Amino acid sequence: MQYHRPASFAEASDLAAHATGITRFLAGGTDVLVQLRSEIVTPDTLIDIKAIDGVRDITRHADGSWTLGVAVTGAEMSEHPQLGREWPGVVEAMDLIGSTQIQGRATPVGNLCNGSPAADSVPAMVAAGASVTVTGPAGDRVVAVEDIPTGPGKTSLAQGELISALHIPARGANGGDAYLRFIPRTEMDIAVVGVGVSLRVDGDTITEARVSLGAVAPTVLLVEECARALIGTTLDDTALAALAAAASAACKPIDDKRGTIEFRTEVAGVLAKRAAKIAYARAKGETA
Amino acid sequence: MTKHHVTTTVNGDTVEYLCDARETLLDCLRDKLNLTGAKEGCGTGDCGACSVTLDRRLVCSCLVLGVEAEGKQIETIEGMARGETLHPLQRKFIEHAALQCGVCTPGVLVAAKALLEKNPDPTEEEARYWLAGNLCRCTGYDKIIRAVLDTAAELREAS
Ligand SMILES: Cc1cc2nc3c(=O)[nH]c(=O)nc-3n(C[C@H](O)[C@H](O)[C@H](O)COP(=O)(O)OP(=O)(O)OC[C@H]3O[C@@H](n4cnc5c(N)ncnc54)[C@H](O)[C@@H]3O)c2cc1C
Ligand code: FES
Ligand code: FES
Repeated sequence: MQYHRPASFAEASDLAAHATGITRFLAGGTDVLVQLRSEIVTPDTLIDIKAIDGVRDITRHADGSWTLGVAVTGAEMSEHPQLGREWPGVVEAMDLIGSTQIQGRATPVGNLCNGSPAADSVPAMVAAGASVTVTGPAGDRVVAVEDIPTGPGKTSLAQGELISALHIPARGANGGDAYLRFIPRTEMDIAVVGVGVSLRVDGDTITEARVSLGAVAPTVLLVEECARALIGTTLDDTALAALAAAASAACKPIDDKRGTIEFRTEVAGVLAKRAAKIAYARAKGETA
Repeated sequence: MTKHHVTTTVNGDTVEYLCDARETLLDCLRDKLNLTGAKEGCGTGDCGACSVTLDRRLVCSCLVLGVEAEGKQIETIEGMARGETLHPLQRKFIEHAALQCGVCTPGVLVAAKALLEKNPDPTEEEARYWLAGNLCRCTGYDKIIRAVLDTAAELREAS
C-alpha cells in the first residue's frame, strides 16, 4: 500500500488518476481503516487529503450559505457556534455517528463516499439540499449529494475524481430541518431506517420541503412524493398520513436481522411524521 | 515495501519511528515506542481500549495510521501521572474501585481526562454518553462514572 499526502486537490486527483489497483482517499479513516484491518478492502494507493489547505475550515458566506472542508469532523461541526443553530438536523445526524472517539475523526464527506445506504449524515444533507464540488482531471463540477451514491459501496465519482468541498445552502428565514433514525440500541448502532426532513413555512403553511430516506433502499433516497404530501399543508393529520404513506411506498428495503421489510417500511412512515413535526416546529421558531 | 520515517510528539517528547503504511498508530505506540498502556480490544473502533488524544482530540489509535502522526501531538495514558504523583482521575479510580481486570482502564482514563478538559462539570448523562465508546466488561460502568464525577467535583473545588 502506497501512502500519499498531497498538498492540493489537483495533486490528489492526479495521483488517483494514475494509480492502478484499488485507491482510497483517507479523511477520518473510520471506514477505510476498519475495512483495511478486517481485510475487506486493502487499498494499493491511499491518498490522505488532510494536509491540503483549508480542508478543516467551516465557512459561512455573506449570503448565509456554508462551505465545509472535506476533513471537517463531526466533533468540529457540533462545536461550531452557528452551524447547528441554522442546520440542527444536519449537525445532529452527523453527531449520531459512533462514539466521541469516532466523532473526532469521522467526516460527512467520508460518510457519503463510503456509500453505505444507512449512512446517517446523508439523508440530512440530501434534505438540506447540500451539494459537493468534485475535482477531477477535467476540472471541477458541482454535484447534488443525492447524485453521489449509486449503490451500496458505490459512487458516481470516476477514477481520478474526489470531493474537494461540501456546500450547504443558506438556511434563510422560516426554515427548519431534522433527522431521526431508528436503531435497536440507544447508541453506537447502524440505522435500520433514517429520515431527513427540511422545510420552509409561510405562516403555518409549508411552502418548500425535501424529504430523504436512508437504509430502506440500495442508496439514500430523495422522495419527491413525500415533499408533495407536505407542501401547501399546515402539517395536519391528513398531510402527516399522506407523508407516511409516501415514505412507506418509497421503501425498497432488505430483510435482515436488524429489521424485516415490513418493519422498515412501517418505521419509515412513523419516523417521517416525527421528523416532519420537529422540522416544522423549528421552521416556526417554536423549538431550537 | 518502503518504510515511512515519522517524527511526532508523544507525551511532550519528540520521538521517531519507521513504519509501514498499513501499521496503525496503536501498533507504533505499542511495538515501536514500547508504550503498551493503550490496548487493542477490537481493532475496529468499537471498544475504546486504544484511546489516545491526537492534537488534543480523543481518537481510537487503532483507527489512525502511524504515518498520520507526523508532526502531531499525541497524549497517552503514560503521560497522565506526574512522576509518582497520580492524576486525580487515576487516584479516584483506585478509591472507587472503578477497575477490575484493567484492560479498559487506560482508554477510559484518557477519555475521561478529555471530557473534564472540555466540560469540568458534566452531568451523569453527559459522562455516560461521552464514555459510550469505551467498553468495560467488568465493572458495569457505575463505579467508573462515580469516579469521574467525583474527580470533576474535586477539581472544581481545587480551582
Ligand atoms: C465504531 C464505529 C461506529 C460507526 N457508527 C456509524 C453510525 O452510527 N452511522 C454511520 O453512518 N456511520 C458509522 N460509522 C462509519 C463511519 O464512521 C462513517 O461512515 C464516517 O462518516 C466516515 O468518514 P471518514 O472521514 O472516517 O471516512 P474515511 O474512512 O476516511 O473514508 C470513507 C470513504 O470515503 C472515501 N472518501 C473520503 N473522503 C473523500 C473525498 N474527499 N472524496 C472522495 N472520496 C472520499 C474514501 O475513499 C473511503 O472510501 C461508524 C464507524 C465506526 C468505526
Ligand atoms: S482497539 Fe481501538 S477501539 Fe477497540
Ligand atoms: S475493568 Fe475489565 S474491562 Fe473494564
